Amino acid sequence: MTARLRWRKLVSAFMLTMTGICAAVAVSVLFFILGYFVYNGGVSINWDFFTKLPVPVGETGGGMANAIVGSAKLLLLASLIGVPIGFFGGIYLAEFSGNKVAFVVRYAADLLNGVPSIVIGIFAFALVVHPFKRFSTIAGAFALGLMMIPITLRNTEEFLHGVPRALREGSMALGAGKWTTIMRVVVPAAYRGIMTAILLALARVAGETAPLLFTALGNQYWSPGWNQPTASLPVVIYNYALSPYEDWHRQAWAAGLVLLGLILMVNIVARVILSRGIAVPRS
Amino acid sequence: MKRIAGMLVVVLALGGIVWAQSSLLINGAGATFPAPIYSKWFDEYHKANGSQFNYQSVGSGAGIKQVTEGTVDFGASDGPMNDDQIKAYRTKNGAGILHFPTVLGAVVPTYNIPGVNGALSFTPEALSGIFLGRISKWNDPAIAGANKGVNLPGNDIVVIHRSDGSGTTYIWTDYLSKVNSDWKDKVGKGASVNWPVGLGGKGNEGVTGLIKQTPNAIGYVELIYAAQNKVPYGIVKNASGSFVKADLASVTEAAAGAVKTMPEDFRVSITNAPGKTAYPISSFTWLLIPEKFKDTTKRDAIKGFVKWAITDGQADVESLSYAKLPKEIVEKELKAINKIQ
Amino acid sequence: MATSSINVPSAGPVAGSRSFLSKLRSGDEIARLITFLFAASVVLITLLLIYELWIDSALPRHKFGLSFFFTRVWDPIAENFGALPFIYGTLVTAGVALSLAVPLGIGAAIFLAELAPQKLSDPLQFFIDLLAAVPSVIYGLLGVFIVIPVMRQWIQPALKSSLGFLPLFQGPAYGVGFFTAGIVLAIMVIPYIISVSREVLLSVPRDQREAALALGSTRWESTWKVVVPFARTGIMGSIFLAMARALGETVAVSMVIGNTPTISSSLLSPGYSIAAVIANEFAEATGDMHTAALIELGLVLFLLTFILNGLARLLMLLTTQRGSGTAQA
Repeated sequence: MTARLRWRKLVSAFMLTMTGICAAVAVSVLFFILGYFVYNGGVSINWDFFTKLPVPVGETGGGMANAIVGSAKLLLLASLIGVPIGFFGGIYLAEFSGNKVAFVVRYAADLLNGVPSIVIGIFAFALVVHPFKRFSTIAGAFALGLMMIPITLRNTEEFLHGVPRALREGSMALGAGKWTTIMRVVVPAAYRGIMTAILLALARVAGETAPLLFTALGNQYWSPGWNQPTASLPVVIYNYALSPYEDWHRQAWAAGLVLLGLILMVNIVARVILSRGIAVPRS
Repeated sequence: MKRIAGMLVVVLALGGIVWAQSSLLINGAGATFPAPIYSKWFDEYHKANGSQFNYQSVGSGAGIKQVTEGTVDFGASDGPMNDDQIKAYRTKNGAGILHFPTVLGAVVPTYNIPGVNGALSFTPEALSGIFLGRISKWNDPAIAGANKGVNLPGNDIVVIHRSDGSGTTYIWTDYLSKVNSDWKDKVGKGASVNWPVGLGGKGNEGVTGLIKQTPNAIGYVELIYAAQNKVPYGIVKNASGSFVKADLASVTEAAAGAVKTMPEDFRVSITNAPGKTAYPISSFTWLLIPEKFKDTTKRDAIKGFVKWAITDGQADVESLSYAKLPKEIVEKELKAINKIQ
Repeated sequence: MATSSINVPSAGPVAGSRSFLSKLRSGDEIARLITFLFAASVVLITLLLIYELWIDSALPRHKFGLSFFFTRVWDPIAENFGALPFIYGTLVTAGVALSLAVPLGIGAAIFLAELAPQKLSDPLQFFIDLLAAVPSVIYGLLGVFIVIPVMRQWIQPALKSSLGFLPLFQGPAYGVGFFTAGIVLAIMVIPYIISVSREVLLSVPRDQREAALALGSTRWESTWKVVVPFARTGIMGSIFLAMARALGETVAVSMVIGNTPTISSSLLSPGYSIAAVIANEFAEATGDMHTAALIELGLVLFLLTFILNGLARLLMLLTTQRGSGTAQA
């Protein structure tokens, strides 16, 4: 073995170890984050946190019940806005459309996906808050729903494409119309993929703060109905973290843990379902 | 699919009904300066009366804007609306807007200097020099001169100001404009100014938080934020030449002169007030209430709250380091409440 | 061919409308129409968004024109608005983030694609995908309570004492600033670089690697000199994607950047980014000019991300074409 070859082998071993270290660093960040939140947030989670309302500024105690419910309402309404558009739009792209229209729609969806969330917030403010002169759950849900559309659309289209032609043709051969075929055969076949896409879209917008800052604003109390400002987990975390009160910091960690835990759980479940294969069920 | 859709409709309907039954909710937004006392008041008033006042402490600038746009029912600000803003309100809404002073408070210079735990003495020259960026080290003679006997380090001063539109900033810059003509020309007074130096924090809360975490920092916050968070704050030399600490007596003294000359619309500045024991950076803070309300239930609830706040509510203010309103001003306000239609 | 109703052509008026009507009756045409409306609404919404941004920023566009991009002053009182400090801050923090994330990310991707056995690579990729799902406000929390104190107490003073002669590392160690924001952003964009680069690397045909090895190169040499260049366009695409994400990031950045519109050659200086100033000032921008100036900033941000995303897509398109082209060779 010449000296040069030895050197090259050394370099090779060294660089490959370095890449291993890079990967280790990247992955360990996740565990570091989780660990820190469990440590700092875990001690602050108690029954009060989930059931009580916030107390006046500077006093200790209280909880985030209204923020938790507020986030749930926002997500529910957001899916009512984002999922139908994405789902039916995806059906159109996969089953009905020609190439040119499909290209335009896909391009618009990708564009929408790339819009920074704060700009979506501006848009929702201009469209919903300003004309109706109020901050509301609807405005916040509108912003979040917009962000759900591209994910739902692209994934629905993809999973529908993944259903084999044979299924469609078999159904048509039996005399079913196109729509019946789609709704009764193709969609159920792609069902799991589409559901997981919706879950992933929900997980993505559940943590968004910026679009809610000037749409849903905030609320110390329960937000009645859909047309009033509402507290939400990410915004409360943001406000509490920037405050000087120790008690609020504690609560921010706890809320962060809850939010992080929920989002990661949804992601894990969705990805596990996806990896098990989502095409035609064997039967 | 149909089943899911059906369930969803039922859930939504139920949710809407259930949630809509709760009591009256009134939305307000504005100054962080009085946020501690307002949040306490709203909590107590809610227990006594039932109506819910949702107050978002987003800064005076936002308070003025949101009440003008009509996106909240009332606003709050420690910098009174100027004539242009009042005109804009009238143009947008067809009626006027009223100012109601609620408490008196003080803005104090707070700092975090390693090794210094007591109250530093600040002259107007020192404060304006620091915030203009001309005085950059803690042991500068302009500061040390008034603090003989205190061991000031030679570290760089970290200036902290507000990043959002703030009535507290308005009070602070109003004071600096009165005591320093350079400041008046170069920067001026306002809720959002072009700061020569410094970092920005969001709200009184954010500034206090930054100061607590940043060694060698100085900022300006409402008294209660410094007190609640145990951050040292300084005493300031007033117009008569004495160094005064911000407390109930000195703030009330600052307002004493304004009592006789209080204008009809209650917009007045009491910074750098005359009076031997007056604290020079004091101010009223105002609730911004529209003159005309479409919703009479909301109007009555708000009128009831304001009446309660300037009378019974004053019992709570001193425990949070705000000073009570002078009696003469309360009487004038009670009469003015009737202007709200 | 497949319709659910049987068209009985009759000797009626216009034959075309009759068949349309019967298609309508069949339900399929309605379905097509309805789903088309949903799909079209996506396009409409996107167009409406661009339109709103354009219209609502008319005031400052007419007043300042192109000088908006070159003015440093942001003075709400004098109504004099310039975007330069924010554009600078946005680009600098993204630059810092990429200079940290790209080497780490590509290194990790190489490890996952080339070295790690599949049993290790897939679970690791799973964790990295989870990292991408962590919301921004969580990173913000970590930034405020962990990164800032560490920066202020250890890293920034260390940088100052060792590299302080460079203008990059001068000035007081506040803890917040461009560098801190860059670090937080780097953590946020690494997963994107890793997952896309890994996929691209995995798609490089085996014969490329094997040819290099057969000619006597070491593992590293075959990776670095053959495989990575082959995947170059795809990797570039991932970098553009990451950059687009970094530019638009709002909450985490505004919590650690210092919120001061400054242009400074020092990375330790506090600064401001476009997204952060919109988040802080939008709800309270008194005066139409102030609000409209913020919206114009939003338009600028939108254009920046639009261009970057477009470039990324272009590069990805080129990669897949190349990949499929040479596979037959």
